[in-house]
Amino acid sequence: MKNIQLSRRSALGAAAGLSALSLAACGTSGPGGSGSGGADSAGYWALSGEPNETITEDTVTAFNELGKGSIELTFFQNDAYKQKIRTAIGAGEAPAVITGWGGGGLRTYAEEEQVDDLTDWLGENTDVKDRFIESVWAAATVDEQVYAMPTGAAQPIILFHNKTVPENIGAEAPESWEDLLGAIEKAHSAGVAPISLAGQSRWTSMMWLEYLLDRVGGPDVFARIAAGEPDSWLDDAVVEMGKKVEELLEAKAFVEGFESMAADSNTDQALMWSDKAALMLHGGWTYGGMKSGGGSFVQDGRLGYGPFPTIEGGKGELANLVGNPAGYVSLSASASDEQKTVAKAFFAEGLMTDAVSEALIESGSVPIVKGQDEALAASDDADYLQWVYTSMQDAPSFTQSWDQALQPTAAEELLVNTEQLFLGKLSPEQFAENMNATLEA
Amino acid sequence: MVSSVDPTAVTSMPGRRRAPGQDAAESSPGAVRSQRERLMTSHVLFALPALLFFLVFAVLPLLGVVVLSFTSWNGIGAIEFTGLVSWKDALTRETTWHGLLLVLFMIAATWLLQTPLSILLGTFLAGQQKYRNVLAVMYFLPMLLSSAAIAITFKSLLDPNFGIPSGLNLAFLKQNWLGDSFLVWVVLLAIIAWQFIPFHTLIYQGAVRQIPQTMYEAAQIDGAGRVRQFFSITLPQLKYTLITSSTLMVVGALTYFDIIFVLTQGGPGKSTRILPLDMYLTGFRGNEMGVASSLAVILVVLGLGLALAVQRLGGKDASASQMEGA
Repeated sequence: MKNIQLSRRSALGAAAGLSALSLAACGTSGPGGSGSGGADSAGYWALSGEPNETITEDTVTAFNELGKGSIELTFFQNDAYKQKIRTAIGAGEAPAVITGWGGGGLRTYAEEEQVDDLTDWLGENTDVKDRFIESVWAAATVDEQVYAMPTGAAQPIILFHNKTVPENIGAEAPESWEDLLGAIEKAHSAGVAPISLAGQSRWTSMMWLEYLLDRVGGPDVFARIAAGEPDSWLDDAVVEMGKKVEELLEAKAFVEGFESMAADSNTDQALMWSDKAALMLHGGWTYGGMKSGGGSFVQDGRLGYGPFPTIEGGKGELANLVGNPAGYVSLSASASDEQKTVAKAFFAEGLMTDAVSEALIESGSVPIVKGQDEALAASDDADYLQWVYTSMQDAPSFTQSWDQALQPTAAEELLVNTEQLFLGKLSPEQFAENMNATLEA
Repeated sequence: MVSSVDPTAVTSMPGRRRAPGQDAAESSPGAVRSQRERLMTSHVLFALPALLFFLVFAVLPLLGVVVLSFTSWNGIGAIEFTGLVSWKDALTRETTWHGLLLVLFMIAATWLLQTPLSILLGTFLAGQQKYRNVLAVMYFLPMLLSSAAIAITFKSLLDPNFGIPSGLNLAFLKQNWLGDSFLVWVVLLAIIAWQFIPFHTLIYQGAVRQIPQTMYEAAQIDGAGRVRQFFSITLPQLKYTLITSSTLMVVGALTYFDIIFVLTQGGPGKSTRILPLDMYLTGFRGNEMGVASSLAVILVVLGLGLALAVQRLGGKDASASQMEGA
């Protein structure tokens, strides 16, 4: 599910009409009525957008031919889906298999007992659980119980660079904060944008905060925030993180007009492959985007990638990652027993088959199951995929994207405050205080 | 939905049409009474479908929202009655008042921008010349496009690196259109005007065409020029059209949502987070249904109040024909 993030967020435009519709129709069952399916057929709401759509469709078709019950698949635009599924769950119209993102959203479902606890089932079926790489389970776990199955691909956030541009300006991929500031200066003198950032989309700027906080204060700071510990946002590292943003803004690190750029249209990627920007911090899914959209940019080996630089005196290691550990599906608590049996069979024998892994690798992403080294080495994008796979397995910590790790209410507040921080309208201290106010809610 | 179903309009129309014919048939008091009763029955029958729709799709949800505004609900869990907690939340949040001010500003700005332009365009297009029809087709084009499509298109056009500025090589167009809290309003008002002026122009065009030609002829004989004719005949004759168009504009601006949602998400920061958008984001992103319902009630009251106020401005006898008093 290479595009899971990209499409979830970028589908905004097309989704808006649908969202407005669902706003008007939230009292009715809408097309959701069909989601619950027949007696031994379990509904599965998945996210549209290639390449996941084809991959999901193929694996569901294959599973249905096994004769272990049938999965009734319905696709939704990502952003519309987020509201739709919540409404459906609230109205008892949810499908048996619910696509989600783990983290804070899953916690609300689990606390309201809308999704089933899968811990015991996974305990009985250890072969299912052991197929997955370890880092994917954290975001599926609420209070030590597992409420979701991981699926698809891992998407860490990666600092991409344009190899041509740094060569021209005499800079290298930065490994420390000083390197980064140096590269920014050199990019300026060479007349290219130092960093490409689609700031209007807000979550794009948030990715900078995620790494900055990790590098300044280590992964524990956000772990405390996600756990809802009182005053965890008031940690000194949060203010320090904000000051780093101010430093970047002062150095005019981000491309001119970044506040107006939206990630939907992939113009931030376009700046990279058209040699107009030197660096871009983005999800791993943009690799595929730049491969298909950027002519021969990726194929010519002009796209570089590396970890986010460390900050002197900071606690975060170079190998720490942030991003999306996987996609997730949960089992609706309101499904019938027959449907639950079918859904569990699907979790075990349909969700992440070898065919799915192969298709994911082919599309340029790293499936979240073990033992992929050979397949990755054989792919067209071997260097990149192997690097991601190794980084994933070697990472001392993998912090889930903040807007998914937090409760929905706090996540929305985070995006608004992040934007204001990047507009220079909010001081780091104010940012910390505003965010701290969300902890009590 | 709410604005399009108006039960009073449906109930009163058949009556108004029939009344003159009934007057002539009046012979005995008894016959009149039974006829009136039959009329009443048919009134009710005619009104029934519309009333039913209005009840099910407007009144019931509205009551539901009022009830929800006294609860705390995250959308999936149990609904807890918490009295005035949600109301207190809604009224003490800074974003609520900020959003309210923005929406009032938006109403005023869209009205001031769109009304004069629509009247002028409508009057111009009411002429019979062929070239005006060609222009009319072009003017009305934006009406055919959905708001979401318009917003996505403009978002791409306004992109600082790959939009119009670089396409046309015009440096002055390279502005931070969506990232600056002043410019973003210029952009929004312009796009909304571009989208909705055609609709209001169409209303005015129809109204101007209905003004009897004899009035202009009489004015011409009296020596009135084009400009004088416009201000002394056209404008006064458009009074009720103005009220209709203004009501649609004011109430429309109040529920205005889609373009802003797609184009800015309320940003940069909270610069364009008007109250309807704030309500949506609070309810469906933040999952605070109680607070969002309180905001919805505020919006409904505000909308009804404004619609009534605009009607009042037009005088009490707003339903009278505008041809008579000339």
